[in-house]
Amino acid sequence: MKRIGLLSFIIIITSFVFIVRLFFLQILSNEYNQNPFNNSAVKVTYDYPERGYIYDRNGILMVANQLSYDIMIIPREVKPLDTLEFCNLLKITKEDFLKKFERAKRYSTRIPSTFVAQVSKSDFAALQEKLYKFKGFYIQKRSLREYPIKSAPNVLGYISEVNEGMIAKNPYYQLGELIGTAGIEKTYEETLRGKKGIKFIQRDRFNKEIGSYKNGAYDTLPIPGHDITLTIDSKLQQYGEALMANKRGGIVAIEPSTGEILALISMPTYDPNLMVGRERSANFTKLYLDSVSRPLLDRGLQAQYPPGSPFKIISALTALQEGVITTTSTTTCHHGYRYGSGAGSIMRCHCGTGYPIDLNIAIYRSCNSYFANAYRKVIEKYKKPYDGMNVWNKHVESFGLGNYLNNDLSVGQKGNVPDGDYYNRVYPNGRWRSTATISNAIGQGEVLTTPIQLANMTATVANRGFYYTPHIAKHIDGVPLDKKFTIPNYTTIDKKHFEPVIEGLFAVVENPSGTAHWSRVPGIEICGKTGTAENPHGQDHSIFIAFAPKDNPKIAIAVFVENGYWGSRWAGPIATLMIEKYLTGKTDRPLVEERMFTGSIQDEYDKQLLKK
Amino acid sequence: MRSKKMNIFHGIDWVLVLLYLILIFIGWLNIYSTTFIEDDTALINLSTEYGKQLIWIGLSFPLIIFILLIDAKLYEKYASIIYVVSLFFLAGLFILGKNINGATSWYDFGGFSLQPSEFAKAATALAIAKLVSDKLFNLKKFNTQLQAFVILFLPAVLITLQPDPGSALVYTAFIFVLYREGLPVYYITVGFIAAFLFVITLYFGFLYTWLGSLLVFALILMYFIFYRKKAFKNGWIKIVGIYLVAALFIFSVDLVFNHVFEQRHRDRFNIVLGKTADTKNIGYNTNQAITTIASGGFTGKGFLDGERTQGDFVPENQTDYIFTIVGEEWGFLGSTIVIVIFTFFFLRIIQIAERQKSKFARVYGHSIAAIFFMHFTINIGMVIGLLPTIGIPLPFFSYGGSALWGFTVLLFIFIRLDANRSYEW
Ligand SMILES: [Zn+2]
Repeated sequence: MKRIGLLSFIIIITSFVFIVRLFFLQILSNEYNQNPFNNSAVKVTYDYPERGYIYDRNGILMVANQLSYDIMIIPREVKPLDTLEFCNLLKITKEDFLKKFERAKRYSTRIPSTFVAQVSKSDFAALQEKLYKFKGFYIQKRSLREYPIKSAPNVLGYISEVNEGMIAKNPYYQLGELIGTAGIEKTYEETLRGKKGIKFIQRDRFNKEIGSYKNGAYDTLPIPGHDITLTIDSKLQQYGEALMANKRGGIVAIEPSTGEILALISMPTYDPNLMVGRERSANFTKLYLDSVSRPLLDRGLQAQYPPGSPFKIISALTALQEGVITTTSTTTCHHGYRYGSGAGSIMRCHCGTGYPIDLNIAIYRSCNSYFANAYRKVIEKYKKPYDGMNVWNKHVESFGLGNYLNNDLSVGQKGNVPDGDYYNRVYPNGRWRSTATISNAIGQGEVLTTPIQLANMTATVANRGFYYTPHIAKHIDGVPLDKKFTIPNYTTIDKKHFEPVIEGLFAVVENPSGTAHWSRVPGIEICGKTGTAENPHGQDHSIFIAFAPKDNPKIAIAVFVENGYWGSRWAGPIATLMIEKYLTGKTDRPLVEERMFTGSIQDEYDKQLLKK
Repeated sequence: MRSKKMNIFHGIDWVLVLLYLILIFIGWLNIYSTTFIEDDTALINLSTEYGKQLIWIGLSFPLIIFILLIDAKLYEKYASIIYVVSLFFLAGLFILGKNINGATSWYDFGGFSLQPSEFAKAATALAIAKLVSDKLFNLKKFNTQLQAFVILFLPAVLITLQPDPGSALVYTAFIFVLYREGLPVYYITVGFIAAFLFVITLYFGFLYTWLGSLLVFALILMYFIFYRKKAFKNGWIKIVGIYLVAALFIFSVDLVFNHVFEQRHRDRFNIVLGKTADTKNIGYNTNQAITTIASGGFTGKGFLDGERTQGDFVPENQTDYIFTIVGEEWGFLGSTIVIVIFTFFFLRIIQIAERQKSKFARVYGHSIAAIFFMHFTINIGMVIGLLPTIGIPLPFFSYGGSALWGFTVLLFIFIRLDANRSYEW
């Protein structure tokens, strides 16, 4: 009998427990309090604060606001309407209307959402007159971004409507509201945005508004967004963009003494105003789908290239630090460096010396053999190449290479600096020697860097051994800057080793047989290094890094020109022109400047496209 | 024999049919209340959810006629085949299924979806009834116990992997049925302990659960060593063995959860366990549900007048959270009446089951009573905040054709079996 009755017994007990629980909930407890969000007789309205402005380092306005009008909908309150007239007013099709209506209903029948965003000023006038006829719709004033300077879209980023995924993640946002989705707008979203205010309005049984709910006890005031001053020098930024016309690549300029990013250029660029207004999504799609020139890729931050010859600076510094070379030790180069007995075991060199050269000459002639030899000595200083690679890796990574810089930019790439484990993966039997990695010595091999990493490396050399994490926000009113941007990061290289290397870099530009002598600027002591990165997909990349003045440097710069043949052809002149412009406010080399403005590598890009 | 052939309604239990109709009617009123559109000029708009539900209800009548037309003996005869076919449909989801809300639980027939797990319950109940009613079947024997567990385990596992752990949980209802038919009591004990360890392991992780169980085991061991020396001497192998099995169980739960499951599976379990703080979705729903029910007061706000129901405060209030409408619009009075009707419904099924001469019909009856009861408990328990959030439908109330038809099939096969009780089997 006990077995037969068990289920019935449990059923009766369960039902009893449910009824007791309901009794507590519905009759005894007071859980249904006066929270206005719970009360459907209370209408919720939002008061949006103005988004913060963005200025460049000299106070030039880069991002401002303009007024815009959104048509809002509360689906529950929509009454049958003259769809044709309504669609004509809004300039949408009937299918659009139905789609938007369904979407709004799916989101909520009660909570307002944006029906048509960003109505133009002329349409607004007509709408304001006639919208009273359409119940359930109203106009919401909002502010939109406006860009007085058509420059630096990659830095500034853009704002766009939140999608349902973002709303699920962050309940602050509601359908139709705007959020920074790229660039500075994304990283400093909450700073720029401020906080919207909420007003609760009491309605009577006929849905008529009869005043504020509980005398505004639950209302909150909007908190305005903060203005941000960027580290960018908008004049320098625009100048760099002009020099890079019809070329692809990235430029990053940093102030070494602070880590402030003076210019962050990605080419090809576009007018940031394209990302505003009703044409926004069409424009965005077009830019997004351009898989050939990829304008939305920030080449200054995201493009990873082999660094080429500028990396020889690191090879020199690690070799000095490890004590395997001195400033006076020499190597003789006979058109290349032989590192094995096989026919292919030779690294070619076009330095054209042929006599014993020391570190200084090796740098300004950019001799491959010298640095291959120095690199190999570092690796072979240790018993196993595995350990040598790890020591080398530690030195290189202390320059901020091979990892995210962890700054206030919304995108980035790690680049690559191989270590012992890396080669153990490449050669699973573990049998590899230092010579297998020899290309690293001259920045070819497995090493990959982004232009910002290379610029930061240059700033580190300019500082003689430390860097401040490169960052884009200089000043936010009322908010102190993140501490991590004011703490120096030291390299593993002693300060004394930098001076001879810097002398070599100075000779690159100053010495008549230096590889960048042609880019010399009278009156400015520029230290630089040319680079040509081999590119398996087409013409080599043109690279140049530089800082100036030699003592107490004010600017460090890295220029990457995709398929720009060799370093001194495009990257060198562009870098030195920007240095000249930044330090003196003008340039004195009209011919060079003109060649950069008008020069195009489009035919190389077309060739590559054909090959694909 | 004459009337049996002439009239398919002969011998059917009208009390049960009436309770069924009442529940369906009240359920539909509530769906109407949450999905009707103001100012809709049509009296009944078939494109709305309440309109569609009306179609499902209408279509369930030919389904009922069809079930009643089939000879009762055929249900027993083909129980195994029906069961195997339902397993195939469940397994087929992994290839042909349609993913809705993160679970691949549906077959899509061009805008019309069917959820096979709703029908697998009836198939499993038939299979269990067939197995247990076998003359050679003895639930005291381990072999036969194993057979019964395999029958329950297969659909439950397939449904868990969809992943729809809520629907799989319903299969634990069969433990009552097997117990009624003679399953040793320690299975219920072990079942409870296993369920307890399962939840604890997921909640606290393998290490803490293992350490905790080790502590409990040490205490038990000490108790035996100091107070039951003799029992310890004779049975220490057993005690240690039990502990090892428990430890292995904890370990395998952890292993399966963290290494076999994918993140989407884990998410669902974590939400059920309240480990994922999801105030915007799950936690939000339950809070809103409780507030909405509480706002109903003693008599409720009246049909179509629940401002929170009408204001869409509770998401999914036409499916899993439909009981909130009962709570808000019909108050404590209405909710209690609904609970009492359900209670009568369950007890009536058990009563009829006990009067069956055929063991097959009796076991089937108990099975469906347990299944209905399980849905009722999990669903309402969740909505009123007594149980964690597990999404399964409230029988006859929740919107959805598959669920309604699944429950209808479940019930009317039993009514058909019962109608046959006075005839020879
Ligand atoms: Zn050379």
